[in-house]
Amino acid sequence: MVPLQATITILVALGALAVALTSDLVRLVIVSSAYTLLLVVLFVVLQAPDVALSMLVVGTIGYPLVLFVAIRRDRADD
Amino acid sequence: MTRRVRLALFGVAACGLAALLLWSITGLPKFGDYHGAYGKILNKRAPQERQTSNVVAAVVFDYRGFDTMGEELILFAAVMGVAMLLREPREEEAPVPEDPVRSDALRAFGVSLAGATLVLGLWIVAHGYVTPGGGFQGGVVLAAAFLLVWLAGSYRAYRGLARAPFVELAEGSGAGGYVVIGLCALLIGDAFLHNLLPYGVAGKLSSGGSIPLLNWASGLEVTAAFVLLFNEFLSERAVLIDPTRRPS
Amino acid sequence: MSYLPFVLAAWIFLVGIFGIVRSRHFIHLVVCLSLTQSSTYVLLLSIGYVKHGGAPIFKDVPLGTKAVDPVVQALTLTDIVVSVTVAALLLALAIQAKKHAKTMNPDELRPVRG
Repeated sequence: MVPLQATITILVALGALAVALTSDLVRLVIVSSAYTLLLVVLFVVLQAPDVALSMLVVGTIGYPLVLFVAIRRDRADD
Repeated sequence: MTRRVRLALFGVAACGLAALLLWSITGLPKFGDYHGAYGKILNKRAPQERQTSNVVAAVVFDYRGFDTMGEELILFAAVMGVAMLLREPREEEAPVPEDPVRSDALRAFGVSLAGATLVLGLWIVAHGYVTPGGGFQGGVVLAAAFLLVWLAGSYRAYRGLARAPFVELAEGSGAGGYVVIGLCALLIGDAFLHNLLPYGVAGKLSSGGSIPLLNWASGLEVTAAFVLLFNEFLSERAVLIDPTRRPS
Repeated sequence: MSYLPFVLAAWIFLVGIFGIVRSRHFIHLVVCLSLTQSSTYVLLLSIGYVKHGGAPIFKDVPLGTKAVDPVVQALTLTDIVVSVTVAALLLALAIQAKKHAKTMNPDELRPVRG
């Protein structure tokens, strides 16, 4: 395996662990977006530009907005 | 069961599952040794058969077009579920709250980028079957252009642009248009979603038969679905009015 | 070394389920669910990889150059966009649960009675 593939594989594994272990919600959104960006790099290294583009737009636009609004509604009800 | 019991049970089960997964991985071909025939045949024949240079788009909209129709309907149903869950019955027509953006940097940023994002989204959708891109990716970028109006302008401006009847009509016509294009082939006597129109030359925008039509239908549907999703999530007064801000 | 991406997919799957089992908040649960889902994308793309293959886009690239499998990419890319709307649906359910049960902790929810 090429060293680039091995490096990004290890980074994605560490990112997944970080997402599962973060408990503070706002920090979780940031860490999950960082994990998404690592996945985008992994998909580009695996020669899948369409999939990488899809993951990029969803992880930057769709996901953080939906999560932040859910967190805000959760806190506003308190 | 208590939390401790659940975690202990998970620990035992995870060890078993990990062992099974690792054992099954040894049965797979090595990474890079691709044995499947279907992918190789598609890469050799699809650019000439369908005259598209993006083989993935040809697979999504032509060879496996039925799967994409199913995914679009999942999108439709999920957004409808969100709309049903979060839409509250309003006793009277509640006034749309006013929340102007107070930061000049944010306004400049949003104003300059909203138009550019719109053009970028349209470009990604239009060239989806020539270079990487397509209806799904470009649709989300187009929804982001609407979102920039909300971020940099005010909620009123956003609701003015994304009126509920138009957005719902767009979403319905995107999802329904995909099915109708497939039905057109059925009316002529071919199979459902068979590629009807002339193919053209690969690499140009007018190529691929009915792939551009399906591409635009799915782009329209994804854009409208995401704008509707943002509408439902952002419409609550608790989100818009900041409870910690003192009224000025 | 030649099985590393498959082991990565299995690792992400188990870490995702670990996050789900251990979570104390519904929103954290939904994020871990989507983490588990991302392991399937990694597995699909790793199976389709061809050594020294390029992307399956043949614009200005001569036909016949080695390329990776396009079918798994097609399956994955629609799935990614749809998964975010399903996650939004789950979050809407969590918000409604908060209204009725006044809690976002999965441990404290009781089954609905009556």
